[in-house]
Amino acid sequence: MSGADNVVWLGSPAFPEAARGALNDTRMRANLRRATGTIRDRRLAVTAELDDWEELRHRAAEIKRRTLRHLDGHLLRLEEAVTAAGGTVHWAADAAEANRIVTRLVKATGESEVVKVKSMATQEIGLNEALAEAGIRAYETDLAELIVQLGGDRPSHILVPAIHRGRSEIREIFRREMGEWGRPAPEDLTDDPRDLAEAARLHLRERFLRAKVAVSGANFAAADTGTVVVVESEGNGRMCLTLPQTLITVMGIEKVLPSFVDLEVFLQLLPRSSTGERMNPYTSMWTGVTKDDGPQEFHLVLLDNGRTATLAEEVGRQALSCIRCSACLNVCPVYERTGGHAYGSVYPGPIGAVLTPQLVGVENAASLPFASTLCGACYDACPVKINIPEVLVHLRAKTVEAKRRDRLLPTSEALAMKAASAVLSSPRRLSAAQRLAALGARLVARDGRIGPLPGPLARWTATRDTPAPPRESLRAWWRRTRDEGRTTVEGDGR
Amino acid sequence: MNGRDVVLQAVRRALADVPGDETPTNGFPGTHDRRAVGTGADVVELFMERAADYRATVVRVPVTGAAAAVGYALRRTGAGALVVPPGLPEDLVPEGPWSVLTDVPPLTVGQLDATDAVVTTAAAAIALTGTIVLDGGPGQGRRALTLLPDQHICVVRADRIAPDVPEALRLLAPYRPLTLVSGPSATSDIELDRVEGVHGPRTLDIVVVEDE
Repeated sequence: MSGADNVVWLGSPAFPEAARGALNDTRMRANLRRATGTIRDRRLAVTAELDDWEELRHRAAEIKRRTLRHLDGHLLRLEEAVTAAGGTVHWAADAAEANRIVTRLVKATGESEVVKVKSMATQEIGLNEALAEAGIRAYETDLAELIVQLGGDRPSHILVPAIHRGRSEIREIFRREMGEWGRPAPEDLTDDPRDLAEAARLHLRERFLRAKVAVSGANFAAADTGTVVVVESEGNGRMCLTLPQTLITVMGIEKVLPSFVDLEVFLQLLPRSSTGERMNPYTSMWTGVTKDDGPQEFHLVLLDNGRTATLAEEVGRQALSCIRCSACLNVCPVYERTGGHAYGSVYPGPIGAVLTPQLVGVENAASLPFASTLCGACYDACPVKINIPEVLVHLRAKTVEAKRRDRLLPTSEALAMKAASAVLSSPRRLSAAQRLAALGARLVARDGRIGPLPGPLARWTATRDTPAPPRESLRAWWRRTRDEGRTTVEGDGR
Repeated sequence: MNGRDVVLQAVRRALADVPGDETPTNGFPGTHDRRAVGTGADVVELFMERAADYRATVVRVPVTGAAAAVGYALRRTGAGALVVPPGLPEDLVPEGPWSVLTDVPPLTVGQLDATDAVVTTAAAAIALTGTIVLDGGPGQGRRALTLLPDQHICVVRADRIAPDVPEALRLLAPYRPLTLVSGPSATSDIELDRVEGVHGPRTLDIVVVEDE
């Protein structure tokens, strides 16, 4: 890993191309449809239980936006509080620097393996790969991350990284790979989720008991007390945060909250939005180090890696409010059909489509702002009210702008818009075009729909069916019926 | 320039649009309104119902019945070795066919892994979500104690049950290590089918005690 970031997977095709392949994967689509459908229903049920749900969302949005506007001050207070509680704070401007810091800290312990709590930040910087280069093996301990790691795969969902895998695939991966990494899967392993979870428990238990160093991310950190929070379900997080001697937490700078009491808002919003539970099974909060309880050495690495560039965008800044609940993924019609891999980024789905281009620059993820129907379901679901469609439109404009700057020839969008403007600005040309379109369209349509077309219309029609235009345009209909009507009225009146 | 200065300068540059006289707090609510579970709701009943939703086993007994309830829970799983944290009231640990270890001096992780059950108290609980909160205080012990044994029996005083998350946070000291527990360890990573018991305790028994 040498580049400045791992946010965008190198060599990934642009979204439209990747999506085409994904759409043909019927097994993945079935897995996804079932999973996102289940989680959508659960989320609606538990959010309806709180009569102040909308107020909570509003408050969360307000806290996040306000915190971002004074981020420097909050980070300094956090540093001070963590240090006072016995922790050490490090600052990393980019992925390479963060990886260097973590590698150095692990090496200083003399250990050559670490256990990891699932974390988007360490995915984003490609920490596992960087550690491997330094001869340090990083073991993912979240069940879904374990499935991804053992399968040599990439995560496809923020919360449930192996959401694209079915139980029989998981059984195969466990049987094939577990032995390579440690305790092998039992011979008689079935594809019952209970059996699979038990295999993971046995596989990882011995590793937890001997681990000396753990690496985690953070869901929140309170600036006033220095308290860091990790929410999880399985207990693998607690194992990593509690048993090792050294804990290294890598946290995006946007995760800071002004105060401990602010957690009350987010601890209500996050589990309900993400897993559709009233509360996740385990939440761990720690402040520096505690004598005789848990790690005796704690390092907090504050990560920028494109966040300050995002912060500088007045429209796009709101994307930094994201609490990584993945509610937007689960309601997105595009995500549900393409899956997470098509986005070619650590952050898939609607939030990925706004976060990724901002973290790496629109020119490096130019197709993502278009990977959306702008239907707005993500905005409705977002617990911190990120107006994802608004940011998408803003980024689309920036993408077109960037393309125009880079090219001498006008883009195909520009040509199409120029032609459209010529037609739309003249009533005569418009009605001629409409007559032509109606005639032509009826020739190519089947059952009233137009499928893929050759030539210049291929890019538009390859991914959508268009209803065939009616035999007659509104203008033509109006002229015809109004004239007929007048005749009739005149005839009746006399 | 070190990483710290680079990041802080970049943050400040990015926030050039924020008016100089705006402060982190002006015009901003410092505290939040508290929610209350509708007046007259029985907080203890709600807590029991919600904790049971998470597949914890929950009973409500008078203080004098606590040890018997703990004993019942231990017999149900056939626990043979039990660990108790320092400061746990002695009358919470019943006589039975189990051995009892105290975490003084601290047990090794291997020793803890070899025990079947742990009995603790709780710092607080949250009715609306069915959550218990541990803060490492007397009777609760260090975090590893409630993590490695396969059964956690938690004795919760009814008057420590807060109606909701905001109220519970106000009962807690942020400087202590806090663990919020809602039911036994669980995963939904395989086709979103919920499975109890991955890495933490597979069985959670909650004994709510009330003064008579």
